[in-house]
Amino acid sequence: MENRPLEYDYTVAKMFMFAAIVLGIVGMTIGVIIAFELAFPSVNTIFGSGVAEYTNFSRLRPLHTDAVAFGFTLSGIFATWYYVGQRVLKVSMAESKFLMMIGKLHFWLYIIGVAAVVVSLFMGYTTSKEYAEFEWPIDIAIVVVWVLWGISIFGLIGIRREKSLYISVWYYIATFLGVAMLYLFNNMEVPTYFASGGHGDIMHSVSMYAGTNDALVQWWYGHNAVAFVFTVPIIAMIYYFLPKESGQAVYSYKLSLLSFWGLMFVYLWAGGHHLLYSTVPDWMQTMGSVFSVILILPSWGSAINMLLTMKGEWQQVANSPLIKFMVLGSTFYMFSTLEGPIQAIKSVNAIAHFTDWIVGHVHDGVLGWVGFMVMASIYHMAPRVFKREIYSKGIMNAQFWIQTLGVVLYFSSMWIAGITQGMMWRAHDEFGNLAYSFIDTVTVLHPYYTIRAVGGLLYLTGVFMWAYNIYKTMTAGRVVEETELKNASPMGA
Amino acid sequence: MFHWLEKRPFLFAVGVFLVIAFAGLIEILPDFGKASRPVVGTKPYSVLELTGRQVYIKNSCNACHSQLIRPFKAETDRYGHYSLSGEYAYDRPFLWGSKRTGPDLMRVGNYRSTDWHEHHMKNPAEVVPGSIMPGYPWMFKNTADTETAFAEMVTVANVFGVPYNKPIPMPDGSKEVVKLPSSPEEAHKMALEEAKKVAADMKDQDVKDMVAQGKIPEIVALIAYLNSLK
Repeated sequence: MENRPLEYDYTVAKMFMFAAIVLGIVGMTIGVIIAFELAFPSVNTIFGSGVAEYTNFSRLRPLHTDAVAFGFTLSGIFATWYYVGQRVLKVSMAESKFLMMIGKLHFWLYIIGVAAVVVSLFMGYTTSKEYAEFEWPIDIAIVVVWVLWGISIFGLIGIRREKSLYISVWYYIATFLGVAMLYLFNNMEVPTYFASGGHGDIMHSVSMYAGTNDALVQWWYGHNAVAFVFTVPIIAMIYYFLPKESGQAVYSYKLSLLSFWGLMFVYLWAGGHHLLYSTVPDWMQTMGSVFSVILILPSWGSAINMLLTMKGEWQQVANSPLIKFMVLGSTFYMFSTLEGPIQAIKSVNAIAHFTDWIVGHVHDGVLGWVGFMVMASIYHMAPRVFKREIYSKGIMNAQFWIQTLGVVLYFSSMWIAGITQGMMWRAHDEFGNLAYSFIDTVTVLHPYYTIRAVGGLLYLTGVFMWAYNIYKTMTAGRVVEETELKNASPMGA
Repeated sequence: MFHWLEKRPFLFAVGVFLVIAFAGLIEILPDFGKASRPVVGTKPYSVLELTGRQVYIKNSCNACHSQLIRPFKAETDRYGHYSLSGEYAYDRPFLWGSKRTGPDLMRVGNYRSTDWHEHHMKNPAEVVPGSIMPGYPWMFKNTADTETAFAEMVTVANVFGVPYNKPIPMPDGSKEVVKLPSSPEEAHKMALEEAKKVAADMKDQDVKDMVAQGKIPEIVALIAYLNSLK
């Protein structure tokens, strides 16, 4: 009895896995639609001009970013927490009725929040702040969801058997605290209905900050939402899943320490690089540039630590598509965290800001790193959660190459588009007049917008293959024994 | 030291929080109070302008258009004087945007007319061949919400001390007053007066009819807002 291995309870993890799949499909489908809208404007009215208000680019764009960031990615983060948390703390969710109840409540309130976000954004309720578009009632719901997740994290930590917190848990704790702080301060707003004595739309609110201050808080948030949703928790995933899947120990504990504390300290300073040449004070802009460059150190620290974890075991990259996803994910992470600092240098930013190069940068990070890691994590979890073999290694391999091609098409076309447009905006003729009217700098982008949309479509195709593969794993995968689940995930042909 | 900390989740969390909060404390707090003094000539928004600003936000115009002119010759040649912090004193939220899929709009009121906007918003590619901006025909039908604009005016006046009903210094030395309506009905009346002036320069008969009936289409409010951007 005493020596029986722990039975982990994956009920909540499973629910969030499904949410990640559904919201991934929704968010990325919208992404592909708006990519085609930029290449071919007639797509804006593809569902008829009667509903054009709800299908045109401007209404869908915040839906896309929020659905992939706070739908797909966040569900993936929660799913992995409810899986990894139990395993590294050596405690089962089944041991605490309370934590199980909190976990389920967390899931269902989150789903209600997502539904409210989708409906309200379609209707045009938005604060206009990027990645913080939600109006005040939804903000309150999000705070509740977040607190529930906090109770889950610290509750499970409270009843743990393994006293030392594994590296992944550091990153989950940091995600929880970072997002809590950023979200609260950036969404300080006054509901106008109450402040005016009951007039107007009850959903409407006005920001606590004005103008330059508002911009400063927003990009302190916006930049670090990237840190604490697209970086910190994804590192939590890779620190667990790569060593586990490969059977290799993490290369260096000291490097993980340096990277963790370095990332925590440096990241928050870098928000100013979104505001270069704006009206925020110059010293903050320079601080933003400087700290962005320093940020390469902790970012590459984690990525190198992961790549070196594969030392001597590189044949696994060739043999396993799951390892491929994670190794290429780390590589895209290095790539993206070098590109970001380059764009944060003032002279480069003068060209890059406001162009598609920024969009390209975001996407090589989120498609190549975040998307790959979330999908790989769910692939790794599926056999353990469903006690079945991954349905098809062949589909996974094909998915990997299709999506990699998609990402490459995406970022290379956006680089060219961005630099082309940035250079054209500033070009002068020999008399000192502007060489191009604005529309010249738009029409020139058509081929690149088309290539980007195709790249996005390839990536979305891969997401459907992933969803299909997970579905078949659940329903038709060979049933496996616990002994097959030690390291490398069992895969069917 | 770190092994010790890794066994103490509470202290660990406190440590992480202090480290991540540090940058915000240094960068954001010191400058917060003084950065938002308005420049001479910057007025709070009128009812119709604010209504239009809400239409702008509702349709995420800021997803494709910036309102921030950087201090480069190419930008000042194209869009006008570079942006000053004080010009944003009454912008809640700020609408700088992060992407210029279309041109900057910070001073669009200086070089585009009501007539131009009317045609452009209906069918952008007809006015600017090659434009990838979609049309916004529903703005010619939807009624604008002046009551919410009124609620916002009251809120910013009461909570943030935005100087409605107070003399605002203008560049030519004169003073102007932007009136704060006392009720939603008065707000609508004031907005309608402004809307009539905008609609007089428009051609769409449905819009003119709506305004004549005392209703304000979203497009009229939006154009009033765009015209105010100078």
